[in-house]
Amino acid sequence: MAELTYRDAIARGIAQEMARDDRVVLIGEDVAGSGGVFKTTVGLLDQFGPKRVIDTPISEQAILGAVMGAAMTGLRPVAEIMFSDFFAVCWDLVVNQMAKTRYMTNGQVALPLVVKSGNGGGLRFGAQHSQAIENWAMAVPGLKVVTPSTPEDVIGLMAAAVRDDDPVLFFEAKGLYPTKGEVPAGEIVDTLGTAKVRRAGTDATVLALGLMVPRAMQAADHLAGQGISVEVIDVRSLVPLDTATILGSVAKTGRLFTVEENPRLLGWGAEIVSIVAEESFWDLDAPIERITTPHIPLPSADSLEDLVLPSADSIAQTVEKALQA
Amino acid sequence: MSEHVNAVQPEPDMIQLLTPEGQRVEHPDYPLDITDDEIAALYRDLVLVRRIDTEAIALQRQGELGLWASLLGQEAAQIGAGRALRPHDMAFPSYREHGVAWCRGVDPLTLLGLFRGTNLGGFSPYEHNFNLYTIVIGAQTLHATGYAMGVVRDGAVGTGDPDRDTAVLAFFGDGASSQGDVNESFVFAAAGNLPVVFFCQNNQWAISEPVERQSRIPLFQRASGFGFPGVRIDGNDVLASLAVTRKALDDARNAQGPRLIEAFTYRMNAHTTSDDPTRYRLGAETETWKLRDPIARVKAYLVRNAQLPVDFFDDVEAESLRLAEHVRIGCRALPNPTPASPFDALFVDMPDEVREQRDEFVEFVASIEEAAEV
Ligand SMILES: Cc1ncc(C[n+]2csc(CCOP(=O)(O)OP(=O)(O)O)c2C)c(N)n1
Repeated sequence: MAELTYRDAIARGIAQEMARDDRVVLIGEDVAGSGGVFKTTVGLLDQFGPKRVIDTPISEQAILGAVMGAAMTGLRPVAEIMFSDFFAVCWDLVVNQMAKTRYMTNGQVALPLVVKSGNGGGLRFGAQHSQAIENWAMAVPGLKVVTPSTPEDVIGLMAAAVRDDDPVLFFEAKGLYPTKGEVPAGEIVDTLGTAKVRRAGTDATVLALGLMVPRAMQAADHLAGQGISVEVIDVRSLVPLDTATILGSVAKTGRLFTVEENPRLLGWGAEIVSIVAEESFWDLDAPIERITTPHIPLPSADSLEDLVLPSADSIAQTVEKALQA
Repeated sequence: MSEHVNAVQPEPDMIQLLTPEGQRVEHPDYPLDITDDEIAALYRDLVLVRRIDTEAIALQRQGELGLWASLLGQEAAQIGAGRALRPHDMAFPSYREHGVAWCRGVDPLTLLGLFRGTNLGGFSPYEHNFNLYTIVIGAQTLHATGYAMGVVRDGAVGTGDPDRDTAVLAFFGDGASSQGDVNESFVFAAAGNLPVVFFCQNNQWAISEPVERQSRIPLFQRASGFGFPGVRIDGNDVLASLAVTRKALDDARNAQGPRLIEAFTYRMNAHTTSDDPTRYRLGAETETWKLRDPIARVKAYLVRNAQLPVDFFDDVEAESLRLAEHVRIGCRALPNPTPASPFDALFVDMPDEVREQRDEFVEFVASIEEAAEV
């Protein structure tokens, strides 16, 4: 075991796959020479050379169009979109092209590619550089969507994404880049579509993703002190979604809370809540609650950003209040 | 000749009216009728915007700003272009155009809100005909194009009335030249013969990527493929920037259609205060560009040629210190946004569900403040 930061784990995950399979290439803005603006690709150029680690012109459409074309030749490309907000400038390639290709070729062309991207807030980057957009991706048939919350999961899910034959959007929680975690030595390979119970509990189920996971864990610690036993589930993968783990937990606790960084309307939690309402309504002891950012663009002010995002405090308060009601 | 052994040669094709050594040169296509007092006024602008920049970097180091994008090295390109605008023209900046903002009369404190995080711009583009900074690369070139379409529709082009004819000036970088948005704005502008001037500050770098990563040909040559003229200027020469932008804006106002100006310059500082350029470029390159400093050459010219009041340079220096103080003190006093503000500013007509969330959030913040007080 060694301690690794979330950001270093990204480079290690990509390196693991590039070393294993020479069809894996990495392209994006500033990913090669400088090791990425978030330093998530440091050392890859030195290790794998300029034919496999490529700085591109500043054009997100071209980056995604190119990896799609490259995937059609049998490569297994990893592209970086620096801030996930910039998916908005190349969304056609994702939604109309990548996501539809296998369907439109009647299953004959698969696109084994990964698009990694810095996602979410908490860093004072403001309304156009802080959005948590995994729910946009979740809404598009044909895409797989993952968001790891620990360094070990970063490596394992990156490996799973690269080895998967479908297009995978890999969202990195920007706010977690400097966080550290224990990581075992050797190859790590995880499985898409699996949630993880981070903390077992009996009174309430709290679902969280990415940056919200450590906050939910902190809230659970605090609530344990109040005699409330919370089960925290790290959803990790939105498509495929591990409904078995989620429904199993709800059956046990009878209470469900989702903790979402995205603005309120149509966050991923809304989909899970509707699944639970359909499948497990009679397991519920009380109404479900969604803890989200309000339906606003993210402000960057010190005095506001931390308050609009769900925090350990606001999660704990909401759960406590609901359970005491 | 001997005093020019170390002279920095202009790039081929580059329009220059003031050499790095401070020699006035003429260009047949760009005669510039300018008095020494006017050159002195440009000198003042250059010094003051550099001072704003220096002060903002210091404020970032002290934790008063989250980030700053320095204009160091690009003062001449920006002041020349900014001073070429008429009040009713419209400017669409990227995010580094603090010098243009200055020329438009925007208080530097207005710019700091974005970098301090107290707002995301927060000013009205109409107040000084200067749009908000645009950080998603290249989008502003399209906004400028649309604005120019509106100008045409208003009939404010080619009337011959200088108070009516309007041009639009769009700023972008060498990196941005690769964006689809920028290329599509060229297509629109050309197809509609729109009164828009595209001003590309080629500062040689897009974060860690050199301009060769974006283009195999000089960027100004791109224009001809779209069907309008492009020129390259010495971007560190404020007179070239002024003369060439003035001419391009005149052409645009006179219904001659779009123009592209490539200001060949250099980003002397890091991309932003969170970037470390030693990871990707050599210090020697920056040293070479120091020899082309945009301010030193104007000072050299003025010292040698102009009859200025004896205290001129001292006065500008003193004024820059006062401006620095204004920035320093004003920055710390920038108001924090209220909890309701992100909701209130979002819609013209707020949906009820958002209003409910606003009221809940305001209550939540009040409860936290109360708890903190006890
Ligand atoms: C659509 C989009 N892609 C990427 C970025 C990240 N980014 C910010 S600045 C920058 C480089 C821009 O370089 P250039 O256009 O040359 O302008 P400069 O910063 O040198 O003034 C990049 C890639 C962004 N803000 N928007």
